[in-house]
Amino acid sequence: MSTPLKRTPLYQEHVAAGARMVPFSGWEMPVQYTGIIEEHRAARQAIGLFDVSHMGEFEVEGPGALAALQHLTTNDVAGLEIGQVQYSVLCYPNGTIVDDLTVYRLGGDRYMLTVNAGNIDKDWAHVTKSTEHIKDARWRNASEGTGLIAVQGPKAEALVARLADRDVASIGYYRFARGHVGEVPAVISRTGYTGEDGFELYAPADGTVTLWKALLAAGRGDGATPVGLGARDTLRLEMKYALYGNDIDDTTNALEAGLGWVVKPAKGEFIGREALEKVRSEGLQRRLVGIEMVDRAVARHGYPVQKDGRAVGVVTSGSYGPSVDKYIGIAYVETPLAAAGTALDVEIRGQAKAARVARTPFYPSKVKKPG
Amino acid sequence: MANVPNDLRYTREHEWAKQEGDRVRVGITAYAQEQLGDVVFVELPKVGAKVTATKNFGVVESVKAVSDLFAPISGEVVEVNGELGQKPETVNQDPYGKGWMLVVKPSSKTEWDQLLTAQQYEELIAQGGH
Repeated sequence: MSTPLKRTPLYQEHVAAGARMVPFSGWEMPVQYTGIIEEHRAARQAIGLFDVSHMGEFEVEGPGALAALQHLTTNDVAGLEIGQVQYSVLCYPNGTIVDDLTVYRLGGDRYMLTVNAGNIDKDWAHVTKSTEHIKDARWRNASEGTGLIAVQGPKAEALVARLADRDVASIGYYRFARGHVGEVPAVISRTGYTGEDGFELYAPADGTVTLWKALLAAGRGDGATPVGLGARDTLRLEMKYALYGNDIDDTTNALEAGLGWVVKPAKGEFIGREALEKVRSEGLQRRLVGIEMVDRAVARHGYPVQKDGRAVGVVTSGSYGPSVDKYIGIAYVETPLAAAGTALDVEIRGQAKAARVARTPFYPSKVKKPG
Repeated sequence: MANVPNDLRYTREHEWAKQEGDRVRVGITAYAQEQLGDVVFVELPKVGAKVTATKNFGVVESVKAVSDLFAPISGEVVEVNGELGQKPETVNQDPYGKGWMLVVKPSSKTEWDQLLTAQQYEELIAQGGH
């Protein structure tokens, strides 16, 4: 590909901080600043600051907005309150996955969708084309004008609270509010991709540098550290959060991916409903499970999974989990082998290495779920 | 600039070799470990195994990636750094010391001279390492 890589508003900040920049989904992004494991620990023990401005934001507005989202997404948007966020999936008619996303209800008939960076163009085409028949739903691609910084970790709430012009402690999990953080107007969203408490801050692209600098300056004493995509991946892996392109894609259906909790056929028609209902009634052929290595070896995306020499699945993600100090992974395995504790082998460089199905998340979630 | 000791020889794949009497100690360079990032796994041959110059003898894995290790010199493996199994991060912390990987008894006397000198290796990494 000769298309030039895109850069977020924070590109110069990353370079100045000595980050190693790598191509990721068409973007030039920091994979690490000082070291993946050190950054991972900063997010678990103090505060990690993540530039996730590469992610896409679409807005849909109008009397038809709800109908458009009900048609597009698997989750039930009807019950979503203003100020609430919902995790969801865009499916193809065959039940496989266009993307996973979060849906924000910004106002009465106004919503924002946050989608994966590598899928922005594909998703934009999908959502606009698939809802052409729905009247009074106006779409706007706000991706370029929007920066996004995730502030994650046990001291994240206190940091955002110090910089915000409004109370943030009252913002519940998967809720958001508008305010200013470091004098930058922001959507303050209690969401994340690490398993830690914290916020994701949506800001205008031209305010993102100011916000980043304010967070770093005010958080330094508490251990606030920029965290690259390398640790973002190990943090989400320890939670068994699916990553589009690794664990889920247009060959995996939402149910086998373990996303049945956001598939709500009772709400009525949506793209993929019929196919997913069929999968549900016939039973799943395979399931996405967490695995941990018993032998010393690292499972990686694409490695075959075996049981007594027979091919039974494939690894979709794998690495070292710094907070669990184990080699862990995510894999599709045949349904009868999906129970925690099941002994399996991962074929690594031609050798069968012992593994077992693990309970997940690998690392206990610290997110602030309503009690 | 990465540390490139003068008394070692190097491969284009970023291994170092050190002459110790009639044996050769092998590891990866400071530049290599920097490029890899946090090393989390090292797979090495057993004592008694044969390695061949320029051929793969093992694997080093960072959090993100798997990289092959290439033998600087042919011969029999006479020592393996077993510490790296439990403490792979030693490769990052001390690549030319405690992070060594193998000691080889060379089977050829001519291969040594084909390895890069420190100066040649420095030029290689100055050009981006390829």
